[in-house]
Amino acid sequence: MTELGWAGVLVAVAGGAVRVSTPYLFVSLGETLTEKSGRVNLGLEGTLVLGAMSAYGVAHLSGSPWLGVLVAGVAGAGFGLGHGAVCGLARVNDVAMGIALFLLGTGLAFYLGKPFIEPVAPRLPHLAFGAWSASPQVRAALDVSPLFVAGAVLAPVLRWALGNTKWGLVVRTVGDNSDAAKALGWPVSLVRTLATVAGGFLAGVGGSFLSLQYPGTWNEALSSGQGLMAIALVIFARWDPMACFYASLLFGGATALGPALQSVGVTTNYYLYGAAPYVLTLGLLVYSSSTRHTLVGAPSELTISR
Amino acid sequence: MTSLTPPATPPAVEVIGMTKRFGDLRALDDVSLTLAPGSFHAILGQNGAGKSTLVKCIMGYHRPDAGRLLVDGHEHVVVNPRQAHALGFGMVYQHFTLVPSMSAAENLILGRADLPAVIRWAEERARLEAFQRRMPFTLDLDRPVAGLAAGQKQKLEILKQLFLGRRVLILDEPTSVLTPDEADQVLGILRELTAENRLSVLIITHKFREALAFAREVTVLRAGRRVGGGPVAGLSRPDLVRMMIGSAALAEPATRAARPGGAVALELETLTVRNDKGLLAVRDASGVVRAGEIVGVAGVSGNGQRELVEVLAGQREPESGAIRVRGEAYRRTRTDMRRHGVFVLTEEPLHNSCVRGMSVAENLAFRTFDEPANTRGGWLVSRRALRRQARSLIDAYGIRTQGPDTRLEALSGGNVQRTVLARELSGDVAVLIAQNPCAGLDVAATAEIRNRIMAARNAGAAVLLLSEDLDELLELADRIVVMFEGRFVYETPRDGADLHTIGHHMASHP
Ligand SMILES: Nc1ncnc2c1ncn2[C@@H]1O[C@H](COP(=O)(O)OP(=O)(O)OP(=O)(O)O)[C@@H](O)[C@H]1O
Ligand SMILES: [Mg+2]
Repeated sequence: MTELGWAGVLVAVAGGAVRVSTPYLFVSLGETLTEKSGRVNLGLEGTLVLGAMSAYGVAHLSGSPWLGVLVAGVAGAGFGLGHGAVCGLARVNDVAMGIALFLLGTGLAFYLGKPFIEPVAPRLPHLAFGAWSASPQVRAALDVSPLFVAGAVLAPVLRWALGNTKWGLVVRTVGDNSDAAKALGWPVSLVRTLATVAGGFLAGVGGSFLSLQYPGTWNEALSSGQGLMAIALVIFARWDPMACFYASLLFGGATALGPALQSVGVTTNYYLYGAAPYVLTLGLLVYSSSTRHTLVGAPSELTISR
Repeated sequence: MTSLTPPATPPAVEVIGMTKRFGDLRALDDVSLTLAPGSFHAILGQNGAGKSTLVKCIMGYHRPDAGRLLVDGHEHVVVNPRQAHALGFGMVYQHFTLVPSMSAAENLILGRADLPAVIRWAEERARLEAFQRRMPFTLDLDRPVAGLAAGQKQKLEILKQLFLGRRVLILDEPTSVLTPDEADQVLGILRELTAENRLSVLIITHKFREALAFAREVTVLRAGRRVGGGPVAGLSRPDLVRMMIGSAALAEPATRAARPGGAVALELETLTVRNDKGLLAVRDASGVVRAGEIVGVAGVSGNGQRELVEVLAGQREPESGAIRVRGEAYRRTRTDMRRHGVFVLTEEPLHNSCVRGMSVAENLAFRTFDEPANTRGGWLVSRRALRRQARSLIDAYGIRTQGPDTRLEALSGGNVQRTVLARELSGDVAVLIAQNPCAGLDVAATAEIRNRIMAARNAGAAVLLLSEDLDELLELADRIVVMFEGRFVYETPRDGADLHTIGHHMASHP
């Protein structure tokens, strides 16, 4: 047992929530933007893994983790462009295309990432918000990633932009009533493609967090479905960037539950606690779906809400 | 910014010899029309006469096969709506083109050609309010459009067009989703704006009353050709009807067979239903409909009628309460519907009871495709049988289509309506639930459909007729119930029904 005891579990879960939530946050913000334009990108899990691999590889080869983050984003944007361009063609189903990209992304990352499993890459720095505390648990919990801070800033900015900028209005119009957008003369397909590219960029950056910060290595079991869970999270968050932020923390906390309990010596049922995020995803999806009412806030052009 | 400059006067518009073919069909055949500045011009015609096709050719949605468009004497070739917009033409559709999740203010500024990258809402608001002050009506700018009543949405559409600086406004059946009062308000506003020479209006409508009361000129189309028109002043309703339907006579209203009260066929018991947002839409609705009786449900749209029909059609789960048909619990399944002969005419059939990408024959067969007559060996659907069935229904109900294999979405609005009517009325009807069955139909079709509903009643069907058209209810119903905020608040037998009292109950509790 540690000195903080059960309070330590809370501290560890809270710290874990902040630490683990970053990839959820980036992927869900990206997916929110994409879905606001009326398109679903289920391939973000693949983008996430590809981002993790390319970030790790580039950081290892160049010695600069930030260059790795950038390259991960660019790789994600490239995947987004592919998705956007193909879905812009007539009679292409974005759900099917997304699943294809998911498989392609993970496959590509595993293939290209083989040489990087052994070597060590420089990690991203931490922001030590907990330096004032004497307790190692508190200090550990308050070691915050700069990417988390970036995501936390991005969420309100994205929310503001959707309501207060020309591009925000254009994206929402295209996602909510493409006939209206066409009547106004806006290029529906182009807007959706750009939104998908931006979403892919964010998912790629989210991936770089996995390999360069936490857990901070590259291997094939790095992502355990965070990209997919983040897409479910968008539905739960009702396509609101700020809600995505809070929901990401919730998912992060659920993921951190197992390790936190382990740290106070509760090791039985470890794998059961490990399943917490998946159970949470299932529960939320069941909770938010209903035959009696439609999802409030769902962009009406989405394949799932039509 | 164009929309802030003092309103320019509308241009003179001339349409000469417009012709449009779809395959073998001449949807529009050498139609000409002039719009002087500040005119209010109505286009009348039966379903499928080519009214929508004409205005779509003007707006650049369709490319005409022949014909010229002169604006202030200069010829213009308009190949897409943006060019039409640049000429000052704007169009308001029967179905709204607003973005439902956005506020009225957001919807208004969306169309601005010079929308800035970052929107300064304080400035925009001030500008919109200044603009609204010059308009004959005002709207709450902060409400999301999804929460507006149909009349307000239509006003917002018009406001948007004016805000965007459009000087020639084309409206395709703008009042079919409005109550008579709302329609009068909206048309009154347009009339005022034309009188001030701020706008020219070209409007498609099926309602003679509107054409005669608000328009100054009319053009009547039949089967794609202009068959009459001129200043409204010299025309009467019978003149217009004659032009529209030609030599064919309008069906006489069906007689109401005297029937003793039949057995209870449909029974609602404290039915409670929630809408899409999870709010109570139907509250504790109880009542019966007897065989051989038409019960009319009056009410302004949005008072729970849609949700009630959806529950009866099996499209929505009720919250609580019971529904019985002929004394048995009605589970709202296909089997139950078939067993009890329950048929439903939903509103907006294209969205609620059709598949637009399927053929007319397939849409007509939704209730019967798996019946022995339409299958081979009991489980293989026979396309030939479906086509045969479709052909006879197309004839019997006068559906104007190129054939049974045409995709439903290529049909004109009124013909989609007829297709659904043909499907729902041709079976063995014991219980008929109909919501606004004549919305969007021309006079001839309206008379015919009302006859068929009356005939179903006379043959012993129990009919629940939900309508926003009080004249229709007074003509058809044996009993009228008023629905307000999800409750049945008032009931009156046909004899002694008073329009004024009904209207009063529709607006609020007494
Ligand atoms: N895109 C299309 N492809 C093929 N045929 C079409 C198409 N659009 C319209 N038509 C046909 O052209 C004819 C005229 O249609 P239109 O929509 O102009 O009728 P309308 O006068 O507006 O009728 P309604 O009052 O029912 O709306 C109809 O027979 C219709 O089936
Ligand atoms: Mg039409």
